[in-house]
Amino acid sequence: MSVFDPVKTKMTRRLFASLALVAAAGFSAGPAFAAEDTWSDLKEDIYGDRPILDGKDWVQLEAPYRAHDAAVVPIDIAALRPQEKDRFIKSITLVIDENPAPVAAVFHLGKSIGLASLSTRVRVNAYSHVRAIAEANDGQLYMVSRFVKASGGCSAPATKDPDEALASMGKMKLRQFAMTPKPEASSAPAPAKAEMSELREAQIMIRHPNHSGLQMDQLTRYFVPAHYVSDIEVRQGDELLLSVEGAISLSEDPSIRFHYLPNGSSELKVVIEDTEEQVFTKSWAIQASQSGS
Amino acid sequence: MRLPLIAILLLLQTSLVRAEVVPAEVTEVAPGAFVRHGVHALIDKDNAGGIANIGFIIGKESIAVIDSGGSFLDGARLRAAIKLRSDLPIRYVINSHVHPDHIFGNAAFLQDNPSFIGHRNLPRAMQARGAHYLEANKLLLDAEAFEGTEIILPSQLVEGQSIIDLGERRLILDAHKTAHTDADLTVLDETTSTLWTGDLLFQKHLPVVDGRLKGWLEVMKKLEALPATRVVAGHGPVSLPWPEALAPQRAYLTKLAADLRRLITEGKTMRNASDEAGQSEKDKWLLFEEFNTRNATAGFAELEWE
Repeated sequence: MSVFDPVKTKMTRRLFASLALVAAAGFSAGPAFAAEDTWSDLKEDIYGDRPILDGKDWVQLEAPYRAHDAAVVPIDIAALRPQEKDRFIKSITLVIDENPAPVAAVFHLGKSIGLASLSTRVRVNAYSHVRAIAEANDGQLYMVSRFVKASGGCSAPATKDPDEALASMGKMKLRQFAMTPKPEASSAPAPAKAEMSELREAQIMIRHPNHSGLQMDQLTRYFVPAHYVSDIEVRQGDELLLSVEGAISLSEDPSIRFHYLPNGSSELKVVIEDTEEQVFTKSWAIQASQSGS
Repeated sequence: MRLPLIAILLLLQTSLVRAEVVPAEVTEVAPGAFVRHGVHALIDKDNAGGIANIGFIIGKESIAVIDSGGSFLDGARLRAAIKLRSDLPIRYVINSHVHPDHIFGNAAFLQDNPSFIGHRNLPRAMQARGAHYLEANKLLLDAEAFEGTEIILPSQLVEGQSIIDLGERRLILDAHKTAHTDADLTVLDETTSTLWTGDLLFQKHLPVVDGRLKGWLEVMKKLEALPATRVVAGHGPVSLPWPEALAPQRAYLTKLAADLRRLITEGKTMRNASDEAGQSEKDKWLLFEEFNTRNATAGFAELEWE
């Protein structure tokens, strides 16, 4: 069974776009302080009236207390339980309430992801709640959030070196890690524990300006079109491991760190698509012995 | 008894609005070269954005401003300091890079109709960041200081090198590759062998990486070779010996890069690494807490591609 549903993806993309538009209209209102009611509006737009439970038993969200560099704010989502056969997280949505496009990314997790822990980097425009909403296999939503203070007055959520980003666009790098801390698997059934010892960790990095489109050309007075990574697919052999719907709140040079359980395949394959329908593909051999990067 | 009181209040209000701008205090670091020292702080209501070293050079025929300050008021104060010293026209306003503490005073010089000069990447950087900078700093500054602040795009761009002449005083402008930012411009005042680095040099105030760490270390080598005997740093004392003044910044950036490379090899995430890298340098700098994590974050994203 495929966890990744293309129809649903397209729908979500439309949601991304409409949310971005709504937010852009109010963009000049300023990066003041996080409004209390932002989330209740957003929640309705994204999830309608679906109930969302406290996610503290499922995932932990780690973010710096301040967006030191507004353009690159590291976010770690740590799963507090392994993915079990009949109880697992099928997707995680990352939301930054006060950003022009609040839905930063939706991560759809494949069967062999093993552990739903993810790391990525986002732009944070203003004082904002950052949320991770996990959807369990039964459709129940679980949410955790952190409040992140905006950066000071001389940092901006803009690309640092647009020339370099464009020149090397589409270049990819895969890092494969020696396994570090094991998840709390004590409550998991024995077979799950045995499987977890096989858990691997990797990181896909993509050179891309991930251009927000929110900057105005001072001569034409038109907004420069957005140009960002919209889809990332990671496969282990032919099996879909992870698919990510991205948007402009992901940092330039998007990076996703994830886990997986080996399925016997010899390679990891990554396919990237951006909003100009450019497709970038690359494969790497899975390292037999895990040795740093 | 009420009328006089109202009259006094009105008078007081009028005098406040029309108050003459207090000229900035400047130091003559070389003949005809004046610098306003920036306080080592973040932009706030007390400093009106006056946190960077900014200044001006007076030639035989005209004047060049090098960075205009962190608010309209900060720029107006620098302009008042110029007017105290010379009636020559202010023909150039040079922006060393895009950060608000260096460009927010531009509008105070519009009345002089100068050429605004910047790195060829400066217009793009202003477009990408200008609106955000205005919104963020409007909250940090007093309304009185912020009022009138606007983004003024350069009217003259430097690609590689340009030379301007203030009348028997040539200024050599060099546009650098991405280092502190992607639009760093330096000014060499040939007459006095004084190099104005903008934020390519920090002292005391922790250097801030908003471009490329490796690029910055390379640009520093290039700057070292310039024929200057003294330097005006973007943040730090108003005048420093050259190239000796580079040493502390080089030591910090080199250590930060070494720490980051080690943490990357160890497989640390960016968030963990940015808490740790550079910490051994903490006691050597002001504003370390404010900027080290930011530098480590930017440096991690860059060096991870090696």
